[in-house]
This record gives sequence, C-alpha cells and structure tokens, in this order.
Amino acid sequence: MDEQLKNELRRQGVVATTLQELYNWGRKSSIWPLNFGLACCAIEMIATTMARYDLARFGAEVFRPSPRQADLMIVAGTVTKKMAPQVVRLYNQMAEPKYVISMGACAISGGPFKQGYNVLKGIDRYIPVDVYIPGCPPRPEALLDAFLMLQRKIDEQQLTGPDRPRHLQAELPSEFTVPECSEHDLTPTRNDAIWQVPLVNISNAGKNESGRD
Amino acid sequence: MNLEEIKSQIEANVPGCSLEILPNGSPSGQHSLLVDKEHALTVASFLRDGASPRFDYCSNVTGVDWPLKEISTKQKTKKLVDGVEKDVEEVIKTTTGNYLEVVYHLFSLEDRQGPLVLRMRTEDRAERVHLPSLTPVWRSADFQEREVYDLFGVLFDGHPDLRRLLMWDSFTDFPMRKDYVDPDDYEYEPTAHDEVLKRTQAHYAAQGEPSEAEGAR
Ligand code: SF4
Repeated sequence: MDEQLKNELRRQGVVATTLQELYNWGRKSSIWPLNFGLACCAIEMIATTMARYDLARFGAEVFRPSPRQADLMIVAGTVTKKMAPQVVRLYNQMAEPKYVISMGACAISGGPFKQGYNVLKGIDRYIPVDVYIPGCPPRPEALLDAFLMLQRKIDEQQLTGPDRPRHLQAELPSEFTVPECSEHDLTPTRNDAIWQVPLVNISNAGKNESGRD
Repeated sequence: MNLEEIKSQIEANVPGCSLEILPNGSPSGQHSLLVDKEHALTVASFLRDGASPRFDYCSNVTGVDWPLKEISTKQKTKKLVDGVEKDVEEVIKTTTGNYLEVVYHLFSLEDRQGPLVLRMRTEDRAERVHLPSLTPVWRSADFQEREVYDLFGVLFDGHPDLRRLLMWDSFTDFPMRKDYVDPDDYEYEPTAHDEVLKRTQAHYAAQGEPSEAEGAR
C-alpha cells in the first residue's frame, strides 16, 4: 500500500499496516540486552541505562541476566582470550533473533591492547556483529546511536525472500564454534566462516610517510 | 626508617642469613634489601613480629625478569710485550642477570612507616626457579604470588594454592618474561608500524604469499 494513502487513512482513524511492519515494530521496540560488561566500556553502558541517558526510552528497559531472555549482546569492553570462549558460549545460548553490538575499540579490534598477550583482536572473529561503535570508550550518545541504528536495521528486514534475516532461514547456523584455550593461544584463532582478513597491503606500509600506498 | 638499621636488626636476630642492600640510583633513592632464599621465611616472620617497626602489611608483590646479559668493559693495564712495558687495553667480559626476581613492598601500619623493599632471586631462569612463598607470613601475598607465578614462572614453595591466576590453566608460557614470543596472529594490522610492521611482514613472508592475495578473496 502506498505511503500517501496510508497516511490519509490514518488521519481518518483507520490504521492500515502489514504483518511485516507489525512484526518488525514489535521486535525493534523491545530489544532486551544481555546483562554483562567486560571492562571500562561497560561503565559507559551502565551510564547509558541510568536516568540521565535512559536507554529504556527506546525499549531496552531491562538488562536480562540470562542469555535465554536476551535479544541483544552488547560486547562492552576488552575481550580477553580467557573470556572469549565464554562470550561465544553466551551468544550461542541466546535465542534467535539475536543481535550483537561491538562497543569500543577493544571489542572491535583489541584496541589499545591489540598486541597484548591475552587480548582477542576483535570479537567479530568468532561471532557476527551487527553494529560497531568506535571510541575508547564511546560516549553514551554513541551507544544510543548504535542502538537506533540497530532498530533501523531490524525495521528494514524482509520477512520473506532470499534476503530474509538469519533467524528465518533454517539452514543458516545460529550457533558458532566456541574457541578452546590451548597451550599458546585460542584454537581456532578465528572462525573463517564469518571473519576474513580484510585487504591489507603490507608490502607498501612503512615505505612512505603516511604508511599507506 | 633506616635500611642499614633494619639490616643489622635482622642479622642480629636471624643467624646465618645473608643480606645485601641494593642501592637505587634514582632521586627517590629507594634502596632495597636482597634476602637469600634459605632464610627468607625466617626473615619475613621476624620483620612481621620482631622487628621495630613491625612490618605488618605487604602491599605489593611483583616480579622482574633479568635475562642473561654480557657486559664488556675496557680496562688499561700494563703488560710486558717483548720485554718492553706497554699500555694494553683489555676487554673484560662479565655477565649479569639470568635470574628472576620477586619484589615485596612492606609497610608498617602500626608505625606508619615504609615501604621496605624486599627482594629474592632465583638461581636461574629455566630449572631452578623455586623461591619460598611468603604467603604464610602475609596473607595479602597470596594472589600476587600466584600472579608472579602465572606471568614470570617463579615457583613458590609453601604457597597454599599455586595455580595460574590471569591466564588459563592449559597455557604453558610465561608472558612477562623478556623472551616470550606471542602467537603469530598479525594477519590484520591496519596501521602497522615499527615492531608491529616487522611482525606483520614476517607473518606474510612465512605464509609465502603476498598480502594482496590474502585479502582479495
Ligand atoms: S575501548 Fe577503551 S574504554 Fe573500552 S574497554 Fe577498551 S580500553 Fe576500555
């Protein structure tokens, strides 16, 4: 139905909608995040939920303490290699549809600790991430922005057709390999099905001033 | 609080112990006391119970890795060369290091004094890395000694629960040692420079394929 007609009808007190709109509206308006934080970014996440920034305005009033009741995983903070298997396991335990926000430089890439001996170089090596928030730490406004971005993403999802989201495609996985802590590192060091090495042209790096080609 | 005084107190009360004052050349001049490991536990109990002031609080335990280091110094000596006395420069090589060190910072809450810096050294960095645990004397050393074990590999004899603290149990390395090599996961370094750039180049060289091919899939 075209937008204009819909608006006209709404003015007359008739609400016309589609199942897809209703379904997406329902999902996007009650995204409950999983209640866990990993490092300093978690403090900003906590601030976002409190009265001043009030994430509850957007439908995330409760942070669920159980992955079974949560829709959104906010990976807020440094993921150590010791913690990574637990994070992936928690993600696997969440019910579909589920989303991930990777909050802060650490969760994106390891951040200031990228070359550390015990820090995972980005949670997206093991689980699919929907929204990345750069920053160290990102301000609460940035988390709100990411949250709204996720809501827009959910709103645009098609319930039918080849582009329908993962949870409506039975053959796509909803659980991902949990890495194991081995003698020197995690094994495997990444899940190739969801993370490929981005294009790097290392042969030119360091040759000119900017380090780029 | 005078370190000399404490040293002579200990020497008078713990027979047979060998102590050494390690000077600190920085402006803070926080000299430390090196204790031999055979008497460390007795010295520690004396410091807690008998010394004046009594060091009733251990605030910090940490480790230092001293790898083997060769120092060559030049020295001028007179020598007889073909019957004629000449000035000859000789290079003298000495080695230092090759041990792990554990450092304790002690305070006296009673007398508001401190810190007293106590050090112990292992015999080498590979096999003989045993030191007595001071946790029986100061309970606050418990987790910190576990951390020193975890990151440096010092084995504390007499520790009630010597397990890894920060790293996982199946981990085999000691990451704070100077010769620790971290895993080769340098496949993606968007702003590589210096050491990281070298590691990244080594990573791709070892793979035998140019990085463009890697990224172009
Ligand atoms: S990105 Fe910065 S603020 Fe966030 S967890 Fe890492 S170090 Fe802390």
